[in-house]
Amino acid sequence: MDIASIAFSALYQFGDAFAFLVLSACGLAVIFGMMGVINLAHGEFIMCGAYVTASTVHAGLPLPLGILCGAAASALAGVVVELLVIRQLYERPLDTIVATWGLSLIATQGTLILVGSTMAGVGTPFGSFQVGQYSYSIYRIVLFTAALGVLGGLYALFNWTRFGVLARATIQVPHMAAALGVDTRLIYSLTFACGAGLAGLAGGLYAPTMTLVPTMGSTFIMEAFVTVVIGGADVFLGTAPAGGVLAVVKSAMTSWQGQLFGQIGLLIAVIIVVRILPKGISGFVLRERA
Amino acid sequence: MTGNIVRGLRAAALTGTLVLGPGAAFAADPIKLGVLEDQSGDFAAATIGKVHAIQLAADEINKAGGIDGRQIELVTYDTQSDNTRYQEFMRRVLQRDKVDVVFAGFSSASREAYRPIVDQFNGFAFYNNQYEGGVCDGHMIVTGAVPEQQFSTLIPYMMQTYGKKVYTLAADYNFGQISAEWVRKIVKENGGEMVGEEFIPLGVSQFSQSIQNIQKAKPDFVVTLLVGTAQASYYEQAASANVNLPMASSVNVGQGYEHKRFKPPSLKDMYVTTNYIEEIDSPGSKAFYAKFKAKFPNEPYVNQEAENSYLAVYLYKQMVERAKSTKRDDIRKVIAMGDVCMDAPEGKVCIDPKSQHMSHTIYLAKVGADHSISFPKTWEDIKPYWLGEAGCDLTKKDPMSQYTPSNPPPKS
Repeated sequence: MDIASIAFSALYQFGDAFAFLVLSACGLAVIFGMMGVINLAHGEFIMCGAYVTASTVHAGLPLPLGILCGAAASALAGVVVELLVIRQLYERPLDTIVATWGLSLIATQGTLILVGSTMAGVGTPFGSFQVGQYSYSIYRIVLFTAALGVLGGLYALFNWTRFGVLARATIQVPHMAAALGVDTRLIYSLTFACGAGLAGLAGGLYAPTMTLVPTMGSTFIMEAFVTVVIGGADVFLGTAPAGGVLAVVKSAMTSWQGQLFGQIGLLIAVIIVVRILPKGISGFVLRERA
Repeated sequence: MTGNIVRGLRAAALTGTLVLGPGAAFAADPIKLGVLEDQSGDFAAATIGKVHAIQLAADEINKAGGIDGRQIELVTYDTQSDNTRYQEFMRRVLQRDKVDVVFAGFSSASREAYRPIVDQFNGFAFYNNQYEGGVCDGHMIVTGAVPEQQFSTLIPYMMQTYGKKVYTLAADYNFGQISAEWVRKIVKENGGEMVGEEFIPLGVSQFSQSIQNIQKAKPDFVVTLLVGTAQASYYEQAASANVNLPMASSVNVGQGYEHKRFKPPSLKDMYVTTNYIEEIDSPGSKAFYAKFKAKFPNEPYVNQEAENSYLAVYLYKQMVERAKSTKRDDIRKVIAMGDVCMDAPEGKVCIDPKSQHMSHTIYLAKVGADHSISFPKTWEDIKPYWLGEAGCDLTKKDPMSQYTPSNPPPKS
């Protein structure tokens, strides 16, 4: 076994862990990191994306279109949830925990009752390739690329577009933004939908690789929250380095001692980072250290 | 319909206004059967069918006149794949609902969570699920298959067919740990070699690193003891990484019907020992499947545990009728006679008096590249011999414990 193939395998595992952390977290980074809404129904937005993706693919759509449908459906669900529930609770962050938890229970149980206990998978596209003694799934590389694409897209959206500027202004000082003529309700709504849509996108991207069941969202939620918590408030400067740090710890620990230690390592890393950098990595980068 | 009759009967019995017509053979109250199974949560896919199977059997028995003239009344709670719910509801059915018998549990963690409560309140429970074996408890009857039935058949077959290097990928809780111990023991006895073992926490769904570890160890086949819907993601991910190794399992296909849920060929060359799955092509199996589908047309799959649950109701009926009592001690006297048997959908099954476990017909199911099932081998009447040989004899002594190969019953 030569050095190059060992290096590639380590890189692949890092990329795989990174993609999972970033894709599961980026929707939450917008909703929780930016807007401060503790969204416990995040996993169910992911599940919604995955289910819609699988259904549309079963109906005959090609997978990339199916994934976009999944993301769009979650975004739409996000608009409805924001309008009916979250909008009433922006001043009461603790109550949003209860409300979104309730939503997540309703969504999980509702899906179980309406769609049944499982859904047929769609199969992972693209096949595999060989490096050294290991074979790898090509789709995992697609996931890593998608994670980088989503991060780049978010950076561009919130820094270079008018919507991004308005969204940041609205969330930082809502009444000032309102005084300047910004429709803050609309901006909140759109930002929430953007976060929900990103969650749906993650669900759609992972749908071909996973079991499709009503509880599938719960397998993302821990990774999503820890990434956002140590990332801090900035979507790009927080989520990207947080995903990087945690992916290194997780993939190294998992390859050394197995999945259990991967999870333990992940959580210890989170505790250490939160202890040293209470405002998260983005807080440190932006010199907001408490 | 039958529910109304049952309620009507109970109301009549309670108010004392039941007027017996000439020849009416109604005995007093219905027999209460508690059902604690996961109808939501991570295990639901495998266990909703168990509840339906119990409903099917109870309906059939009630229509045919009940157990010794007494109707069966089901007291069902959803345990939500949550061990603490099992404890809550077990106390509830035993103390408040005062059921005569409880049918409970999917995961071994949940069984070990509720078993002390059954012992404490002197209840009587059926565990209708395959598991890692070793429960020697007079308060329990186990209708599921155990390692000497599933692994002593499967592992030697796999080693002969594919080779002697074995890798185990198991769920990280009592079921996976003890099953892996069984695999280790049987591999060693057959002159094989364990080239690796990894335990996966429940709820983990990403397997890239585990897949690589398996490729590094170069086994001849992989024993997958993965439990719950999250862990089932392994097959899709292993297939897309082109691992291409035969797999052997005691839990997959027969419980979570992965071959129906995933796109072919992700489960290609998966071998499973099970005492029932709906593909079994025998008159008994086909009749059972037809009855099941007639009552529950939308059931995605009739699995092993559904059959175990179904036959358990009939076994209970037989034991109560022979004991002329629903008391556990009277029923155990019947079991001690050693001839509590029935023709189940899988074939003939009997309860072993020493361990209160069941003999089974074990089918080796092989998943093909198109996810069709074939049965290369069948073992008839495999007895649950390990507990009895190791020294558990419930007809003499009730230790209320679980034993493993490394922790056998104490020799006395």
